[in-house]
Amino acid sequence: MTDIVAPMPIVLADRPTHSLAAERAFSGVVLSTGVVVLGLLSAIIVMLAVGAWPAFKTFGLPFFWNPVWDSVNDIYGAGVMVYGTLLSSAIALLIAVPLAIGVAFFLTELIPDSFRKPIGVVIQLLAAIPSIIYGMWGFFVLAPLLAAHFILDVADLFAHVPGLNKVFDYGSGNSVFTAGLVLAAMILPLITAMFVEILSATPVVLKESVYGLGATRFEVIRYVAVPYGRRAMIGAVMLGLGRALGETMAVTFVIGNATRLSPNIFAQGSTIASTIANEFSEAGFGSMKLAALLGLGLTLFIISFIVLAASRKLVAPRVVS
Amino acid sequence: MASALASRRKATNLVVGILATGAAVLALAVLASILWTLLARGLPALRWGILTTSMAPTGENGGLANAIVGSLIQDGIGMLIAMPIGVLAGTYLAEYARGSKLGEVTRFVSDILLSAPSILVGLFVYEIMVATTKTYSGIAGAVALAVIAIPIIIRTTEDMLSLVPIALREAAAALGAPKWKVVTLIAWRAAGAGMLTGILLALARVAGETAPLLFTSLGNLNWSTSLAKPMASLPVAIYQMASSPYEDLVQIAWAGALLITVGVLVINILAQLTVGRRR
Repeated sequence: MTDIVAPMPIVLADRPTHSLAAERAFSGVVLSTGVVVLGLLSAIIVMLAVGAWPAFKTFGLPFFWNPVWDSVNDIYGAGVMVYGTLLSSAIALLIAVPLAIGVAFFLTELIPDSFRKPIGVVIQLLAAIPSIIYGMWGFFVLAPLLAAHFILDVADLFAHVPGLNKVFDYGSGNSVFTAGLVLAAMILPLITAMFVEILSATPVVLKESVYGLGATRFEVIRYVAVPYGRRAMIGAVMLGLGRALGETMAVTFVIGNATRLSPNIFAQGSTIASTIANEFSEAGFGSMKLAALLGLGLTLFIISFIVLAASRKLVAPRVVS
Repeated sequence: MASALASRRKATNLVVGILATGAAVLALAVLASILWTLLARGLPALRWGILTTSMAPTGENGGLANAIVGSLIQDGIGMLIAMPIGVLAGTYLAEYARGSKLGEVTRFVSDILLSAPSILVGLFVYEIMVATTKTYSGIAGAVALAVIAIPIIIRTTEDMLSLVPIALREAAAALGAPKWKVVTLIAWRAAGAGMLTGILLALARVAGETAPLLFTSLGNLNWSTSLAKPMASLPVAIYQMASSPYEDLVQIAWAGALLITVGVLVINILAQLTVGRRR
């Protein structure tokens, strides 16, 4: 911590008048950068809203749920993309959260202390891999694998179950489900790192006293560590959700970018971010399509803002990458 | 009775342990698959020409030189913009905003920016810099990357400054140092390594960002170092080539993917080492 023991031959005290001016200047600069950052978020909201205004004016409030995205007739609604965004993120959480709990349990309770640090570093490095790499892996490795060995079998399995046969219908390797899987792989290191931090923050005295009563490792986690960190764990999941909702590259590669609504999770779909990335080049300056894409952006902002604000309320551990 | 219960609890413990180990093995397998794919497809595609020739259409044996240089320029300028703003705003939060309402709001906003989807930052910079000038430009890409780096630097700067013992500040203040000197000469020095880590982490994050560059610097097939024109970048080049139907371009994309991952991981390891030295 304190590696500044060397004496510093610096004149700390100045003549009072100079000092006062310098003091005011420095605190003024520091304060104004804070205000700049504050203004940044408002500027993002305002610019998105201003750019999206023509779309909101034409399509009204139904823009947010209308499932029609028709570039030919210039009629746009965010319904399909909102659905795809929420569905792919939900699939990602359903897969990543149980896995993260398992891995966190493994890392905090089942392995010797000396392994913990290197594995923590590996998790951190995993979280740092650019999302486009996850997207390429999903497109070139995972999607063909699912198409060959998974989707047909599952669809066969549910073919005669009413209801479920609509959800698990025949489809392709590039689908909302594949996007969910890639997102799960991407947020798993992030959520795991936070879970490990939360679980190891449980006071040792609490855990030892329950071990003293004869509890097993699982019971200590289940009845002591998890209840102790429950709020923070939910916050961590929300933070992972926030990451999944807005992810662009990992999803754009594998979701197929189809703009029609389907209950089938093996069908091609699109998310807000993938649609913006995919269709932006077709939208000219000042076109209605551009306004609609900015409207999608504002929609994504609102959804993420709610999730991130909730995560912060629940005090997720502060992570950087 | 008691022993039946005990053995059931032990069995539960065992099953959960096995499931947890299975989860860890699965996570490791995914990681291994990603890294293996990167190496297996990226290494054979790496050749000297990737670094020396610019991008070219399929069949013309192009490289990534213009994209690599474009990335270096945009990352560099982006970090130059982000560093002073991030460090000063982080200093504001740690040293001047304790308990103030404005500081509380700024911290909240910075946290939201930290996790906000990066594609929205791209749209924002498109609106203020591209739509107004009617041209995609390298400088717009750099600004978008700066907006992404700023909250990361703010967060680490604030965290590292709050780790500096109060006693150090009090000692300097007792010698008659004004607050700005306490901050710049004492707190910044003590927290220096940690703040550097934050800057490196921000660089690593920014270097792999694709989405915010799609609508700002756009990408460019030709060699161009003009900040006023569309500029190529490694992530966007990878995206364009990987989604093309031509096998030779896809191979170059994998080489680029390997380069960028190695770059990002090396910066991250450097960042970890800077922290490690302190702890």
